Amino acid sequence: MEGLLNPRLMRNLLPAFSLTILLILIFYIQPRTMSYLGLNLLLNLALPIAFATLAQMCVMTVNDLDLGIGSFVGFVACVGATFLRDTPAIGILILLGCVGVYAGLGALIHQRNLPSIVVTLGMSFVWLGLALLVLPTPGGKAPDWARAIMTWKTPVVPFTIYASIFVALAVHFLLMRSAYGVVLRGAGGNPRSVERAGWSLLRIKMAMYALAGFFGILSGIALIGLTTSADANIALRYTLLSIAGAILGGGEFVGGRISPIGAVIGATTLTLAGSFLSFLRISPDWQIGAQGGILIIVLALRVLINRMEAR
Amino acid sequence: MNSANIGLKKIMSAPWIWAYLAAFVVWLATVLFTGGQGSIQILSAALSFATFSVIVGIGQMYVITLGPGNVDLSIPATMTFAGAVSMKIMDTQDAMILPGLLIAIGCGAAVGIFNYGLIRALRIPPIIATLSSSFLVQSAAIAYGRGIKIKPPPMLADFTTWRILDIPVLAICVIALAALMSVVLHRTVFGRSVTAIGQNQRAAALAGIPVEFIRFATYVQSAVFAGLCGYLLSGFSGGASLNMGAEYLLASIAVVVIGGTSVAGGHSNVPGLWGAALFMFLLVTMLNTYGLTAGYRLILTGLIIVMVITLAGGRKQD
Amino acid sequence: MPDHNNTIIKLDGVRKSFGAVLALSGVDLEIRKGEALGIVGHNGAGKSTLMHILAGSLQADAGSIYVHNEVPVESYGIAEAQAAGIRTVFQELSLCPNLTVAENARIMNPEIKGFNWRSRASRQILDKLDEIFPGHGISANAYVGDLPIAKRQMVEISRAFTSISTQLNLVILDEPTSSLDAIVSEQLLTYVRKFTEAGGACILISHLLNEILTTTNRIIVMQDGKVVDERETSRFDRDSLVEAMGSVAEHVENGEHAGKVRTKGAEPILSIQPNETAGDMVMEIYPGEIVGLAGLSGHGQTETLVDIFLDKGKAGGRSRLPMALVAGDRQVDGIFPLWSIGKNISIASHGEFVRFGLIDRDQEKKLADSWKDKIGIQTPDLENNILSLSGGNQQKALFARALGSTAEMILMDDPMRGVDIGTKQEVYGLLRQEAAEGRTFIWYTTEMNELEHCDHIYVFREGNIVANLTRNDLTEQKVLRASFEGG
Repeated sequence: MEGLLNPRLMRNLLPAFSLTILLILIFYIQPRTMSYLGLNLLLNLALPIAFATLAQMCVMTVNDLDLGIGSFVGFVACVGATFLRDTPAIGILILLGCVGVYAGLGALIHQRNLPSIVVTLGMSFVWLGLALLVLPTPGGKAPDWARAIMTWKTPVVPFTIYASIFVALAVHFLLMRSAYGVVLRGAGGNPRSVERAGWSLLRIKMAMYALAGFFGILSGIALIGLTTSADANIALRYTLLSIAGAILGGGEFVGGRISPIGAVIGATTLTLAGSFLSFLRISPDWQIGAQGGILIIVLALRVLINRMEAR
Repeated sequence: MNSANIGLKKIMSAPWIWAYLAAFVVWLATVLFTGGQGSIQILSAALSFATFSVIVGIGQMYVITLGPGNVDLSIPATMTFAGAVSMKIMDTQDAMILPGLLIAIGCGAAVGIFNYGLIRALRIPPIIATLSSSFLVQSAAIAYGRGIKIKPPPMLADFTTWRILDIPVLAICVIALAALMSVVLHRTVFGRSVTAIGQNQRAAALAGIPVEFIRFATYVQSAVFAGLCGYLLSGFSGGASLNMGAEYLLASIAVVVIGGTSVAGGHSNVPGLWGAALFMFLLVTMLNTYGLTAGYRLILTGLIIVMVITLAGGRKQD
Repeated sequence: MPDHNNTIIKLDGVRKSFGAVLALSGVDLEIRKGEALGIVGHNGAGKSTLMHILAGSLQADAGSIYVHNEVPVESYGIAEAQAAGIRTVFQELSLCPNLTVAENARIMNPEIKGFNWRSRASRQILDKLDEIFPGHGISANAYVGDLPIAKRQMVEISRAFTSISTQLNLVILDEPTSSLDAIVSEQLLTYVRKFTEAGGACILISHLLNEILTTTNRIIVMQDGKVVDERETSRFDRDSLVEAMGSVAEHVENGEHAGKVRTKGAEPILSIQPNETAGDMVMEIYPGEIVGLAGLSGHGQTETLVDIFLDKGKAGGRSRLPMALVAGDRQVDGIFPLWSIGKNISIASHGEFVRFGLIDRDQEKKLADSWKDKIGIQTPDLENNILSLSGGNQQKALFARALGSTAEMILMDDPMRGVDIGTKQEVYGLLRQEAAEGRTFIWYTTEMNELEHCDHIYVFREGNIVANLTRNDLTEQKVLRASFEGG
């Protein structure tokens, strides 16, 4: 059981393995991407997707799903391109309020035992509506600092890579290594046992939702840092992408089995999948198809590994 | 007197009544504002647009009735795909209307079989399976449709927009379809099995119900309705476009929830679908009439969904 | 706490009922420092309920609970139990499978935090594992979900014996050795002796009488929610313990049922080996028999029935008879809570009365009505919701569902749980009549006197058949002995 063929190890390495395969293919087809500029182009939008994926992963930790994260990221982008630039104090207040709303959603879902899918679906309308109120037509301008950070010319490899690694490690430390992170994940694995040990499930759920809101905010700000202007519909696709990214990264739908590093890798893989096709000169029409295809292939590989384990 | 009371109670406790009541109130508020102007037209338009939410809502309702974790996220992609393929094959020829319909339904069935295949083969929750397949199907639709709006055959366009005395004929057909699916739900072995599985899957299996076959049929049915809806909507709106399904993901789930179907499974409500679909459209009309922008309309829609689910409550504790 | 005070917790007249079922009818119990208390009793004697009350996860309906001999505790719950230094190892595992061994230890001990918490948690749980189960071979970084069940159980036990801030006074072990092998079990029992010698207290619940007899200093015997016997362990031996557990209540002799004798050369319609290990006994079912499955609950009887019904695994590959199952755990396995009584009855047969694709409601109603009369379901209207019925009547509806179908073989999963005596007698008669008309029954029951209605009895222990008795061989002692033996 031990050694290289250890199923758990294989499962953990699967996201990194898929990313490596994809990178090798891209480099093989288009060697010029193996440059600073090439990497920058390839990974341009990886960071906001990674943040959205982490947000989704937080909600998944407590066995829920957030179908409103895309609209929420769009709303944050709109706030970022307006209030946060013009009146930073109000902008920050609004964003703090958003974290509060997310924590409140967690409390509501826990207390009333509601299906998270429906509640967050309803909230997706609300976020979209708010975004349209803040920014009725596409436009606005990103705060200079956001722009500066996202276009920072770091040495050797682009900023996105440093940022992704840093964020992955930070969240890994928070959820996988810290003492309270254990309790948060335990609540996904066996809520009754965590409650019996004297922890409050309500507070755990609120904490995870608040954390999701926080990462949603980071995603929105990273996004306008790249695009400079915002649009209410800018991130609607992130809802589905974030679920796919979290699953791709080794997360499971129930049972508190998550992997922050995997989630960041999963998000990066999805971003690359789009770029990969354009290098193959396949029409961009197939971009989301390729993302779905990768998702299915990785899930199939996981079934194979699990079968091996069962034997 | 006493029996009348009981009858009244029974009506008031039927959750779908509320959707119609809400629709009526919203309509009244709109008509009062306009001073009665266009009251019939508003209803007629509501019937027309609600039709499409109801078609996909029926499929989604059966899926949701299977119990927690069951939801079909591939509906919008399937609609777009079936719409694009059938429009392109019909190539605006009236003679192809029937084959086109069969093709749209076939597209739906294929997606449904694929969805269920993923659920079984990859042992993943339906929500992830239908999500993954929706990526593929959406992509196939884009690639196949090439982003051009393909026009429907004139007769199909005429049929889907045909009104008799301001009553949309298509709406009548879909009312009949809803009635039929209500009978299927309550009076057939299939419908009974779906409701039984949603209440208690283990008990259903131990009562001898072929659980997996029923789940298979339910997912295929949902996709078939999505295909049908894509076909009709393409006819109605002058062609298949790439984002024509987009709003129907939320709509299909919203009409099910607002219509009084239990998200916990095992209890569904066909008449409520129509009430909810009318309500959703009339609400938007009302807010439009009052001069509110799209932002407020969306916020209100969202808050209503959250409110309805909070009041209706979720699964029972343990 | 003063030195002379030796009592950890004391129960006085504790009662608990679930609906109409009285689980505990006035239990007095005192647990003192330094003692190992054994609790034995047959199914439904109230052991688990008592343990849950001690752990604070169930609240007593009446009676008082004293901790350290003070005034009775106002509302005794999980927090109070923890403050009193009481830990429980529940029968169903309560570890988080997605966390590592060390992380699970941390969940139980909020004190472990801050820098380097992980290595402290690891050291703590490993020290305890080493102490209780030397040579356990468990890594603190192993995920609990990846561990085999025996090792999970070892982790759970060690975790219960680990405490940092509060003093550990009493550890309750409910069937702790059910998934451990003999050597590891002995390690645990040795540790229990050591723990109690050092002044701690333990409650040990086990179906292995050897363990109880060699480990404890005092044994209480429970029956029907009461303590019926209590002695120093030295004053019990195996036979007197088995005897004490047997029902003292006089038997209602259903003597006219002599039991069918199997004729040589007849073909069984089903034969099944529950645990496909060599040398295990095979269960054979002949047409028209009532076959009883006995043994303590949770020893594989339900799983065997479900496997036969779903034609899965070990029962696979046999020609499929039309079967129906009567669930015992009504809420989980039987009832459709949103439906009427009538629909709940007809679900197993609605395929029979389809006309033009639709279920014929008249026929459906006729079926339900006829069974309402035949089995005596007490309701003004079969259109009422199934939950409007009492538990016993719900169970009758489940019987009606199975008996009303065309099934030739009926599987029954301890179906008389929480059913009143009158109903039981009616159903017994009905079953005999149906069997006489040629139906075959497989009946898992935890009630001794129900076995007297069976033609043939198989006793289960740990997933295996350990005894095979004909009706004439049947005695309560034999069944008890087979259920409790081994280890």
